[in-house]
Amino acid sequence: MSTMTFGRAINAGLRRAMDNDPKVVLMGEDIGKLGGVFRITDGLQKDFGPHRVLDSPLAEAGIMGTAVGMAYRGYRPVVEIQFDGFIYPAFDQIVCQVAKLHYRTQGAVKMPITIRVPFGGGIGSPEHHSESPEAYFTHTSGLRVVSVSNPQDAYTMIQQAIASDDPVLYFEPKRRYHVKGEVDEAADPASSDMGAARVVTEGTDVTLVTYGPLVPTARDAAVAASDDGTSIEVIDLRSLAPIDFATVEASVRKTGRLVVTHEAAQSGGLGAEIAASITERCFDYLEHAPVRITGFDIPYPYSKLEFHHLPDLDRILDGVDRVMRRPNSLSGLEGAPTPQGAAQ
Amino acid sequence: MNSSRLPAAEFDVEEVVRAAHPADTADLEPGTEMLRVLSPDGTMASGLTARIAGETVDFTPYLAADAEHLRSLYRDMFLIRRFDQESTALQRQGQLALWVPLTGQEAAQIGSGRALAPQDYAFPTYREHGVALTRGVEFAEILRLFRGVTNGGWDPRERNFHLYTLVLAAQALHAVGYAMGMQRDQLADPSLPPAASIAYFGDGASSEGDVHESMVFAASFDAPVVFFCQNNQWAISVPSSVQAKVPLAQRAAGYGFPGIRVDGNDVVAVEAVTRWALEHARSGRGPVLIEAYTYRMSAHTTADDPTKYRLSRDEQEWQSRDPLVRLESHLRSAGLADDTFFGDLDAEARTMATELRRAVLAMTAPDLADRFAAVYAEPHPLIQEELRFFEQYEAGFADEGKHA
Repeated sequence: MSTMTFGRAINAGLRRAMDNDPKVVLMGEDIGKLGGVFRITDGLQKDFGPHRVLDSPLAEAGIMGTAVGMAYRGYRPVVEIQFDGFIYPAFDQIVCQVAKLHYRTQGAVKMPITIRVPFGGGIGSPEHHSESPEAYFTHTSGLRVVSVSNPQDAYTMIQQAIASDDPVLYFEPKRRYHVKGEVDEAADPASSDMGAARVVTEGTDVTLVTYGPLVPTARDAAVAASDDGTSIEVIDLRSLAPIDFATVEASVRKTGRLVVTHEAAQSGGLGAEIAASITERCFDYLEHAPVRITGFDIPYPYSKLEFHHLPDLDRILDGVDRVMRRPNSLSGLEGAPTPQGAAQ
Repeated sequence: MNSSRLPAAEFDVEEVVRAAHPADTADLEPGTEMLRVLSPDGTMASGLTARIAGETVDFTPYLAADAEHLRSLYRDMFLIRRFDQESTALQRQGQLALWVPLTGQEAAQIGSGRALAPQDYAFPTYREHGVALTRGVEFAEILRLFRGVTNGGWDPRERNFHLYTLVLAAQALHAVGYAMGMQRDQLADPSLPPAASIAYFGDGASSEGDVHESMVFAASFDAPVVFFCQNNQWAISVPSSVQAKVPLAQRAAGYGFPGIRVDGNDVVAVEAVTRWALEHARSGRGPVLIEAYTYRMSAHTTADDPTKYRLSRDEQEWQSRDPLVRLESHLRSAGLADDTFFGDLDAEARTMATELRRAVLAMTAPDLADRFAAVYAEPHPLIQEELRFFEQYEAGFADEGKHA
């Protein structure tokens, strides 16, 4: 076990994957000499050479399309998209090519591409640098989508993503890059499943589902709620596509209440999918309609406003109050609890 | 709003015809040399040299013009045109959902395809039936996509020929990435035969960002790739003059690699130029752009109606430059092929067409259940769950026939 930052853990995971498989190549903007704008690939070009760590021209579709060709030839490209908001020029290649080539070729050609995306807000950046585009990709058949929330997962899951014969979008919560944690570098990535959600905190009253940057926030909310006598079970989804519904469903059958929180906008987001699926799967166990606590359906706001936009501990606890039928911001804090069945 | 005050978005058909097809295409764009060996009247030059990127290049050693070779080139072009006609008929009869004719582009496709070495890898658009033939794809396999029973049709790894890409220009980047992989393989194992990839695209796709980015990447990494642009004058209904104001081949200079415009209806010149370009790429000297100047003699697809946007006079002009006619003229006038050769070939083509029709009519769709299995390489619980539902749902209709 060693203590390292989130960012260092990804770096260590990349290094181990490159050590283990000469076909692993890294591609992206500024990832070589500079080590990436977040320094996640720091030192890797020096140690593995420019043929395995490519400083690419500044063109996201170009990076993604050439990664497809490299994968076609038998390589395992790991692509860095510099910021979440810069992934859209590569959207066509990801959705029409990366996601569909295995299907189109009946499995003759595999696309073991890992697409690393620093995502989410909270770092005071200008426009296009704080987005949460994961739902665009979870909606696309052929892709796997994961999001990591702690250094150990960051270290292990980057290796699992690279080892997967399917394309994986790997969403990194950039505002947590400097968080430190214990990492077992000897852990065998093959001994765990990146598709499995994890129960972070056990509880009996409310199931609180989240992923990526909001996992620590959800954990804090659970601690705060327990002081008030409410027992929250926090689930870190880890895999956003496919979603481990078995774990979420088992929890909701126990608690009867579901709150989902993410930074991405509400409409058509992961929260909608989880709320609908859990309602279909175990409606009879629900004590209250599922509640979503998310970013608003507005373009990501100016950095001076972003903490009004991002779900925080109080907004999450407000959602908990709603499913617990306590006074909340919708019912009026002094007023009557939300009547059963009322629109949320 | 007074729309007449806005700039005209339309083009005048007469004007386009005058601009794109003057009597002599050599005068089309001054300063642009169009390489040619076999003239429309069937006369063959004995050598071919040109100034390419400031250097004199002698393509003569790359010319393959012995009798047997020329006959085999003619055979490929003849068979693929007959295949094209039969496929069009199959579509008209409702047996194919759509067909993408290649008539007029046989020389560009057969010439470039025959230049490839076995270890080279081709990335086609959706019209490269002639290249498919040169890579050993069966005629019927090409039609599986258009029959609607697959999104592919063949195993690309067996033929070093990628599946058709329907999103314009996406495959140009794949060809560059593949070439970058070849480059790395060569570094790891210098005993591998040098190899190159070739990216096919058209004048329409040349406007796509993916073509630009693929050329930037190819130049940056000296990737062993040949960009083969078939300028067939029309992107569905829009003339090539809307895509480019300079000859497409000249764009290569902006990226820093050689660009060549070749008469795309001259199979001998196309093959020679492509062989040179592939060798250039394989030897580590970087990419080459070839613009094969040709003409789409038929519609964009069977869903298209060229009478709405181009003149029959335009089509007639290009008929005089038909790639098959000129090679036939040469073969006959040089005494390299006689009526027996052409008669036998016609019989072979008719047999091919009959067999093709039989194969197409026998094609059936696979089970939808198979499709669930092909989405991911590794198990996926939600796809498996949906498959279980689908099978259960379908099973509910199993007895329907008995009770009808």
